[in-house]
Amino acid sequence: MSGPHKDEISGIDTTGHEWDGIRELDNPLPRWWLWVFYACILFAVGYWVLMPAWPGIGGYTAGLLGRSDRADVTRAMQALDAQRGEGAKVLRSASLQQIESDPKLQAYALQVGSSVFGDNCATCHGAGGAGGKGYPNLRDDVWLWGGTLDDIQHTLVVGVRSGHPDARMSQMPAFGRDGLLDAAQISDLTEYVVKLSGRPADGPAVARATPLFVANCVSCHGAAGKGDQKVGAPDLTDADWLYGSDHAAISGQITNGRGGVMPTWAARLSPETIKALAVYIHANAGDEDK
Amino acid sequence: MTVVIDRTRSPHDAGGSARAAGPVSAAARARQQASKGGGELYKPRAQIYPKRVNGRWRMVKWALMGVMLAIYYITPWIRWHRPGALPDQAVLVDFDGGRFYFFWIQLWPQEVYFITGLLVMAALALFLTTSIFGRLWCGYACPQTVWTDLFMMVERRFEGDRNARMKLDAAPWSLEKAWRKLGKHAVWLGIAFGTGGAWIFYFHDAPTLIRTFWIGQGAMTAYVSCALLTAATYVMAGAMREQVCTYMCPWPRIQGAMLDKHSLQVTYRYDRAEPRGPHKKGQTWEGRGDCIDCNQCVVVCPMGIDIRDGAQLECINCGLCVDACDEMMLKVGRPTGLIAYDTDAAVLDRAEGRKPIYRFIRSRTIFYTVALAVISGLMIWGLSNRSPVEAHALRDRNPTFVRLRDGSIRDGYTLKVANRAFEDRDYRVTVTGIPGARVWTPGSRGGGPVRIHVPANEVTALRVFVTAPPAGLNAASQPLTFRLTAPQASVEVKSVFLSGAANVSD
Repeated sequence: MSGPHKDEISGIDTTGHEWDGIRELDNPLPRWWLWVFYACILFAVGYWVLMPAWPGIGGYTAGLLGRSDRADVTRAMQALDAQRGEGAKVLRSASLQQIESDPKLQAYALQVGSSVFGDNCATCHGAGGAGGKGYPNLRDDVWLWGGTLDDIQHTLVVGVRSGHPDARMSQMPAFGRDGLLDAAQISDLTEYVVKLSGRPADGPAVARATPLFVANCVSCHGAAGKGDQKVGAPDLTDADWLYGSDHAAISGQITNGRGGVMPTWAARLSPETIKALAVYIHANAGDEDK
Repeated sequence: MTVVIDRTRSPHDAGGSARAAGPVSAAARARQQASKGGGELYKPRAQIYPKRVNGRWRMVKWALMGVMLAIYYITPWIRWHRPGALPDQAVLVDFDGGRFYFFWIQLWPQEVYFITGLLVMAALALFLTTSIFGRLWCGYACPQTVWTDLFMMVERRFEGDRNARMKLDAAPWSLEKAWRKLGKHAVWLGIAFGTGGAWIFYFHDAPTLIRTFWIGQGAMTAYVSCALLTAATYVMAGAMREQVCTYMCPWPRIQGAMLDKHSLQVTYRYDRAEPRGPHKKGQTWEGRGDCIDCNQCVVVCPMGIDIRDGAQLECINCGLCVDACDEMMLKVGRPTGLIAYDTDAAVLDRAEGRKPIYRFIRSRTIFYTVALAVISGLMIWGLSNRSPVEAHALRDRNPTFVRLRDGSIRDGYTLKVANRAFEDRDYRVTVTGIPGARVWTPGSRGGGPVRIHVPANEVTALRVFVTAPPAGLNAASQPLTFRLTAPQASVEVKSVFLSGAANVSD
């Protein structure tokens, strides 16, 4: 194409491009747009000088303002630690009982405990602490390892079957799997346990199971089946069942002797955080009189 | 005689009546300018130079301007004693504390419906006023009008009246023009800053803010609001003026629904005025109207319209043309009131030789009055029956309930108690509705009554547990009532107790 082509109707030069007879007018860019564009270029140059901008071989140009997001985060974390330090100091020096009896301290501990619980415990025990099958309910008054403030704190520190040298460790044998009892004996024992919890059971089976219970179970669960928090043996007479209350669940537990795992939190949470967590769990648990 | 006002045609070629080519309204000039370019897409603004006018309505306007500005500037400085650390400012919108104080009334954010009610009342009052008296609000009380008037007053001080200003604007730049313009804008900016500066006192303690503002320790919102309002005042009262009313404000559009032929509006009494024409001293008044076409009504109009074209969207009902016309009528020895607050119906009655009838009681004014009375009544009832305490029970949702070893059921709740009174309250919390149920808090282990202390003017939350023995639980969900007892006032909170009784077997 030779020379600029002029559009007949508007009298404006076209760009010279043509698509199926359609031409594009060569209107100038709006002035304001151009000025904004130039301003952006100027801004960019200023930005390169002042802010981290250009990548190099072993780093980048830091910029005159010396801004660093990494440093900002570090500072913010330090500030947060300093802020938390105040409360942490108080929690560290007070006993669990003192924390619980002082309304202000308790309120503080509950706030800390609530957020720590959500971050660490809710995964297994549920956001509300109600647990689930295999994961103990922390809101009721049934405790495997004790529900006092000190018991709870200790469980948090050492964990259950956690690998910690002092870990809580209950020893429910896998009676069926390891061939200690046969299927008929397990069936009879199941009836016995059902009867222990106050439900109707098969009388002859219970009679058959009585010596079995004495021989195999009372050492941990006690003669009355009330359990023992010292060894983490659950109470078999109440209405609370960690792995289910029906015949299949009970016989399955006798057969396989399942035991849950709870990690030790000593390595992950600071002592004062564990204190706050213990106070939180205790406050929300169902032991009104403890 | 019926005069048909044909607004589709320019007043210049209307009816073939020969008219002197005098000043025409700014609106007409703008229309002309727009049509010159061959149908441009917008109407360029023609500068309006309103002439100063004296008279009854002008005096009313000055007086009202004084009252409005006084209310605006003085209100935040009125002190009102409140107990304790509560603010002693009579009118205060306390965003930081989440409270609205108005003399003896104190509102919480939850009670924003009172503000809604107030706005509904304001709207209804505006409807009622407009349907009876026309756009009085626009002409006398609207901040846009008040501040524009104030700015025009300043403008006249620096640049003189209409003719001097037109001459000044047409003249080339000179030292004289420069200082006049500069002075005007400087004073305008000063007033604008004063406007924005007064606004922020409604949101903070005024005596404190006036100190902290100048030493750079005021709230950031105060500086931003002040800057925004300064800019808005300067632009809207200085530069935009009538365009705000004509193009930005929705009210001129809504007014059409409020006005009817019995509403008082600034009206050109065409029955008496037409046919108009220039009148020389000594000429007879026989066979002609009283309008001498002096255009005074046009040049004084701050909206730049010709009221003789009839009721118009732009007209703010300020009555300055009434004053201007009355002055001329007195000069030529004719009765005043050629332009007056009048109704379309009355003008028509007179034009057709009947006695004019003014009807202020009409179905719409009755409706607006009744609606206003009802809303006012509701507001007064609501304000006087407001409970100083408000309590809610938020039931735990996870878990909904916990079964304890002995089979009893425990539900968790968070009690939220708002104390609107200006003194602390101590409540004792008890529960009723479930046999044998008892309430306790994590802080009250081992028995003892559950207490909640709510400081004056604050909200306190308390976590409580309710434990109920299985004997009394016969439905999955049963009503439960918390009773909060204090010497001053007691309150009951209704909630439910969930026990899953329907599926009791685990």
